Amino acid sequence: MFEAIALSDAEWQAITLSLKIAGSAVGWILVPGVAVAWLLARHDFRGKSLLDGLLHLPLVLPPVVVGYLLLLSLGRHGWLGQWLYQGFGLSLPFTWQGAAIAGGVMAFPLLVRAVRLSLEAVDPKLEAAAGTLGANRWRVMFTITLPLAVPGLLTGTVLAFARALSEFGATITFASNIPGETRTLPLALYTLIQTPGREAAAARLCVLSIVIAMLSLMASEWLARRARKRLEERDR
Amino acid sequence: MSRDMYHLPPGVPPAAEDNALECRLRKRLGGFDLDIALTVPGRGVTALFGESGSGKTSLLRLVAGLDRPDAGYIRLGERLLTEVVSRTHVPPHQRHLGIVFQEARLFPHYRVRGNLTYGMPRAARAQFDDLVALLGIGHLLERLPGTLSGGEARRVAIGRALLTQPRLLLLDEPLTGLDGERKRELLHYLVRLTREIDLPVLYVSHDTAEIAAIADHLALIEQGRLTAHGQLDALMMRLDLIERLGGFDAATRLSARVVDHDPAYALTRVVLDDGQTLRIPALDHPPGTPVRLRVGVRDVALAHAMPEGTSYRNGLAVVIDAIEPSTQESSANEVRLTIGHQQLRARLTRQACDEMQLSVGKPMVALIRSVAFDSRF
Repeated sequence: MFEAIALSDAEWQAITLSLKIAGSAVGWILVPGVAVAWLLARHDFRGKSLLDGLLHLPLVLPPVVVGYLLLLSLGRHGWLGQWLYQGFGLSLPFTWQGAAIAGGVMAFPLLVRAVRLSLEAVDPKLEAAAGTLGANRWRVMFTITLPLAVPGLLTGTVLAFARALSEFGATITFASNIPGETRTLPLALYTLIQTPGREAAAARLCVLSIVIAMLSLMASEWLARRARKRLEERDR
Repeated sequence: MSRDMYHLPPGVPPAAEDNALECRLRKRLGGFDLDIALTVPGRGVTALFGESGSGKTSLLRLVAGLDRPDAGYIRLGERLLTEVVSRTHVPPHQRHLGIVFQEARLFPHYRVRGNLTYGMPRAARAQFDDLVALLGIGHLLERLPGTLSGGEARRVAIGRALLTQPRLLLLDEPLTGLDGERKRELLHYLVRLTREIDLPVLYVSHDTAEIAAIADHLALIEQGRLTAHGQLDALMMRLDLIERLGGFDAATRLSARVVDHDPAYALTRVVLDDGQTLRIPALDHPPGTPVRLRVGVRDVALAHAMPEGTSYRNGLAVVIDAIEPSTQESSANEVRLTIGHQQLRARLTRQACDEMQLSVGKPMVALIRSVAFDSRF
């Protein structure tokens, strides 16, 4: 009975790999994502709408196109990839790091959007008040703006994580489908569907995906509640 | 004004008082220019008075450093805060000004205690308990701002500003939007506070009753210009300012000192600087406490001598100082009276003035009903 439910090695591999890749994807976009959201929420500059449009491209482009563009630029013969390879011996295509880059690029607009909305919702009058109380810009940012934007930050992070976890098209194009290296849950599922007679295994992965998605949603809810509580109690 | 006015003359010695605020500013606002030369004394409460849209809040924002002027400078004591020519602009967080905005602007994610200590330097810790007691917010310390009433939130905001140990306290219409009872309560706290702290206060308001209760000096702003500026008591005597300072409900105020209380009738006796006494509704201040009494110009009557068998509790020996036709009522004259070193105003019908043959220099008795005093502040 338990043997039937217990996960096979291949399934474990797909899950841990997916979590590792999605986690890394969110990890590398978090700081630039908040920075760009800040820029868009609090500053006016030339080319703002151009930047805004570029940021949203991954949302509207077919993921395969994004993957192909990544391959063109970060591939060993791409303008950036060549420099990375010759200068640092780094090669991103067909590696899990490459999959993390693909996931991150696809998740970036979702993160920026959520964070930007929550930053815009923070009352600038509160920031001005903090300034008159002697707080410099950094203190205002870390004690007023970001804490008040935490719910949006968490939402954005979870959205980005979910997007990276479910990433398929850009990943398979840029990082390919290598077991143990870039074969994440969606790619493993796709492989099983392509293989005659593996419908049951595919169904298991399908259920697994749903469970992981639910767990991450619940975790974000819990984190948001804890963050709110911590904020309230920080000065006790 | 000549252009040179906006330049800080080189080598100017610091202002006479350490904490005096000196502004010479010009800034283009929506429909007009803010063009102001104002000195706020380093002691006492200066009311910045004017209708909404006259430029009061814009001036406050310039002083706070939230906006920059087109020309001019701002100096607090010897410290230059803003100077356009040399591009000096001390950012708000380095100005050491305590600012209380119209809305309390408390941080919703900090408790009251966290709000109070947000800008508090170590050196101010010793003041914390006293100030909390003075503002009556001790029982609120662990609450979140969202659960406070309007008056409570503003008291916390005032405490928060004061605990930064500012060199000047700026209050932007702190009573706006509160209902009558809350307003009176907060005003009571403010009056107590301004007596206790040794800090110049710039108090923005458009309410004459509020200003009469709290201010020592007055700066009258109209259309971005300073139209009158000086001791409030003196300005309240200026018959040409009646329309601006209260109009129909104009009032003057008398400084007095509590003598004793009559609990049976709930009356308090106070003495003026020339030794004459008044009976007013009971105050809860101990004998010796200085109080300010606000007397409406329509609550003062004149007689040649103290009448017998009258319900008037107060008859003050006064001398007529000036008589002018009222701009408020065509039937009335505005009469200015001298009592010792103080002055009082009365609005009387022209008919009464003529029949009683009132004239400048004549000694009279000013009759004031006890219940007419507004001294709950």
